[in-house]
Amino acid sequence: MKKLAELKNHEKELYFFQLRVGFAGAAVLLAFALLLARFVHLQVLQHDTYASKAEDNRISIVPIAPNRGLILDRNGVVLARNYSAYTLEIFPAKVKDLERTIHELGEVIEVQPKDRGRFRKLHAEVRNAESLPIRTRLTDEEVARFAANRYRFPGVEIKARLFRQYPHGELASHVIGYIGRINQKDQERLAELDVDANYRGTDFIGKAGVEASYQQELHGTTGMEQVEIDAGGRGIRTLARTPAQAGNNVTLTLDIRLQEVAEVAFGERRGALVAIEPSTGGVLALVSKPGFDPNLFVDGIDPQSWAELNNSPDRPLNNRAIAGVYPPGSTFKPFMAMAALELGKRSFKSTIHDPGYFEFGGRRFRDSKPGGHGTVDLYKSIVVSSDTFYYQLANDMGIDAIAGFMGRLGLGAKSGIDLEGEATGVLPSPEWKQKRFRRPEQQKWYAGETISIGIGQGYNAYTPVQLALALATLAANGDMYRPRLVSYIDNLRTGERRHLEPVLQQRVALRPEHVEFVKQAMAGVNKEGTGARAFAGAAYASGGKTGTAQVIGLKQGEKYDEKKVAERHRDHSLFIAFAPVDNPRIALMVIVENGGFGARAAAPIARSVLDYFLLGKLPEAMLRPAGEDDSDAESD
Amino acid sequence: MELAQLAPRRLGARLAQGIDGPLLGLSLALVALGLATLFSASYEVPGRVAAQAINLAVALAAMWIVAQVPPQTLMRFAVPAYVLGLALLVAVALAGDVANGARRWLHVGVTRFQPSEMMKLALPLMLAWYFHKNEATLHMRDFAVAALLLAVPVLLIARQPDLGTAVLVAAAGFYVIFFAGIGWKVLAALGVLGLASLAPLWGMLHDYQRRRILTLIDPTQDPLGAGYHAIQSTIAVGSGGIAGKGWLHGTQTHLEFIPERHTDFIFAVFSEEFGLLGNVALLTLYALLIARGLMIAANAATFFARLLAASVTLMFFTYAFVNMGMVSGILPVVGVPLPFISYGGTALLTLFLGIGILMSVHNHRRLVQT
Repeated sequence: MKKLAELKNHEKELYFFQLRVGFAGAAVLLAFALLLARFVHLQVLQHDTYASKAEDNRISIVPIAPNRGLILDRNGVVLARNYSAYTLEIFPAKVKDLERTIHELGEVIEVQPKDRGRFRKLHAEVRNAESLPIRTRLTDEEVARFAANRYRFPGVEIKARLFRQYPHGELASHVIGYIGRINQKDQERLAELDVDANYRGTDFIGKAGVEASYQQELHGTTGMEQVEIDAGGRGIRTLARTPAQAGNNVTLTLDIRLQEVAEVAFGERRGALVAIEPSTGGVLALVSKPGFDPNLFVDGIDPQSWAELNNSPDRPLNNRAIAGVYPPGSTFKPFMAMAALELGKRSFKSTIHDPGYFEFGGRRFRDSKPGGHGTVDLYKSIVVSSDTFYYQLANDMGIDAIAGFMGRLGLGAKSGIDLEGEATGVLPSPEWKQKRFRRPEQQKWYAGETISIGIGQGYNAYTPVQLALALATLAANGDMYRPRLVSYIDNLRTGERRHLEPVLQQRVALRPEHVEFVKQAMAGVNKEGTGARAFAGAAYASGGKTGTAQVIGLKQGEKYDEKKVAERHRDHSLFIAFAPVDNPRIALMVIVENGGFGARAAAPIARSVLDYFLLGKLPEAMLRPAGEDDSDAESD
Repeated sequence: MELAQLAPRRLGARLAQGIDGPLLGLSLALVALGLATLFSASYEVPGRVAAQAINLAVALAAMWIVAQVPPQTLMRFAVPAYVLGLALLVAVALAGDVANGARRWLHVGVTRFQPSEMMKLALPLMLAWYFHKNEATLHMRDFAVAALLLAVPVLLIARQPDLGTAVLVAAAGFYVIFFAGIGWKVLAALGVLGLASLAPLWGMLHDYQRRRILTLIDPTQDPLGAGYHAIQSTIAVGSGGIAGKGWLHGTQTHLEFIPERHTDFIFAVFSEEFGLLGNVALLTLYALLIARGLMIAANAATFFARLLAASVTLMFFTYAFVNMGMVSGILPVVGVPLPFISYGGTALLTLFLGIGILMSVHNHRRLVQT
């Protein structure tokens, strides 16, 4: 009985167990059905979505950076080109200990402190950079040595890259400019212009000079490559390819030999020169001294060179030709004479007596020549550079008339030259003073202030390019062409050549006989006046005007003594010139900072430039190192 | 001469003795699929398939030995195995090796050993022994003791932390308790209690575990971090389509978008290359294996054998379900291998020991009463 109960109990227990097994089996089937539903959902219903996601995973669009266009001078001499070189690049994201890696790299190939400094600077400045160069321009031997040690350096790779090169070094550095790595600000600007997509894969951008102002032309069109990649981003194979289109070649109006003549003439002195073709506005030479070697910037400038350039009191990175503002000094006088004739304030014949000073309101405005020039007419006033004549003239004309006329010649306004960073300068007027100063007593224009305006001093402050443009306008009988550096642009792919037509900004209404008179007076300067010594024996007729601009103001009765004044407080030496007189092909402006009297420092530079431009005559300094053959085309 | 011919046949017969054909066939079919998938998943590590084959040989030998042993003998190992396992887990907690931020490994001579793996079989063995011993007088108290026996190793494993193994061990123990006949009402009450304890449990989890759970809900929140596994494996499964991309042609696999593709995420590889049809085949093989296991459990001779067989069988299910669920993105990413498919000697050994246990139970099954 008991055994039976036990057996029954046992069977009952087994029954319950089997019930639970059945339940478990059902649960398993339910769970598997759930999985099956999920599989159907993923693999049938959502298959297209996931298939395309897998495809997106697999394929990466790799941009191909275009080759940058060349920059050439008017005779086809290459001023900026590209060359291929190996660089050693670090992928910061893939390297754990940067310092150690760099240290260990130094055991394999030479890494100078300069290289480290530059790398650190780049690493701090360039965000999201995939790779940054630690060494550039590796020799074949260095490439081989690294390749043998490559296993030791994950995240370090050799890359073949195109580098920008400026074969002429410092020559025309302010015109050509330089390229540098795209930084945050550049990136934002590209995004604003909506061209950032075309810069994928490009690391460099024009930062100054023509490199910057013609960036869009030089850059080209980025190509694309569809590459199959693995999860680590390594390319496995190429699926499709759209080649990049190289940037356009930009040819300048500038003549690099003429530029060299001008820069050699400057020597070590600071200053600027702008030479313009009056009939087109084409810039023939544009000097700002001191210059810099743009090649330093190409791989990212090292901090030491950067500090040197940036902290030098000579400010070599400052383009004086377009951003330096100087009082024009006596080079202002031909324009004043022009204004006097046009406004009827003086005639060809009108004369004054020059006692060596002009008295106004109880104050004596002294002439640079003690005792004065005696009887002075308009012609003589320019030839001998009479201050007294122009003190009186300015007083007779009044500031509004002067400002009105000079404004029409483009002074005190940006010339519109195709370079970035042009300064406006100061064309003094009561309105300008009102805006410039805060306190009411400073805002008022005093009649006495007009006097020194007449000889190009006072508040007068213009850029060399403005003065060159004003002279070129005069030389072209009032036709003002916008100054420009680029002559034409070549599209290498289509072979199309696009000429940049001269832009006539305005026709300043000037009576031809007045223009002719001023030109003849300026010719007189170089024949018998203040420029005669510098232009002695010239085989062409040129017009000129010397100028000396005060750097520090002199107190009443104080006499300027060059020897006693610190070098940087010495007067600036200026000269404006054009040639030939009857049909000017060149108009130029030279300033030598702290060069002293205009005829002494600036005029000889102008002479060298005109000699080469008109006669093809090289200065002696350039003749001695014979066999320089970077240009096979001679300038006309 | 006759003897020479006879010897291999006798050897064959001896080898086949106690081996259940359906179980062996199903598990070997799964292993074959696994090796094929492994070949595709580790084409860059050519030695891996051979290594897994050696693992298989060891595992089959272990299976054969266990299959020869009657369940009564296995029962004698229950307490020592459990105690040893527990001791080793404590040793790991005190002096284990740290890998990937978790303390899971113990040095044994030249090799490393994961004691938590041992618990996958030791715990159900222990619980089945315990219930068997008290078969006649099962009370609530016994279930409480069983729960304690389960909780101690599970918590130790969870603390390592190894959530995947903890879940598997807990599941194996729970199945024993379930089949031992815990009341449905008690079960329901425990379920409610379990839900209520989710909040404090959440507080106990490690940050990376929480992240994994959170990114399960929305893997796109952290596509390159914790969500990367889930997103990439889901893409692999989905892009496989109905027929799959073909063996060795999975782009997700071969371009290395799937992490841990030869171990925990091997199902993503399988699914990408063999598609829905492959998945159905795989599910069918698992279902048949589980059905065979449950059938053996239902016909087991003793309470111990029944509990052990059912628990081991459902362990296969748990492995498979959790792994496929996690790879296809419906379960959190926990470290659970796909049974018989994933690369790894320890897991394979555990699985074939389980098969061996089932065979042992089957060999000593209840005689059908007439």
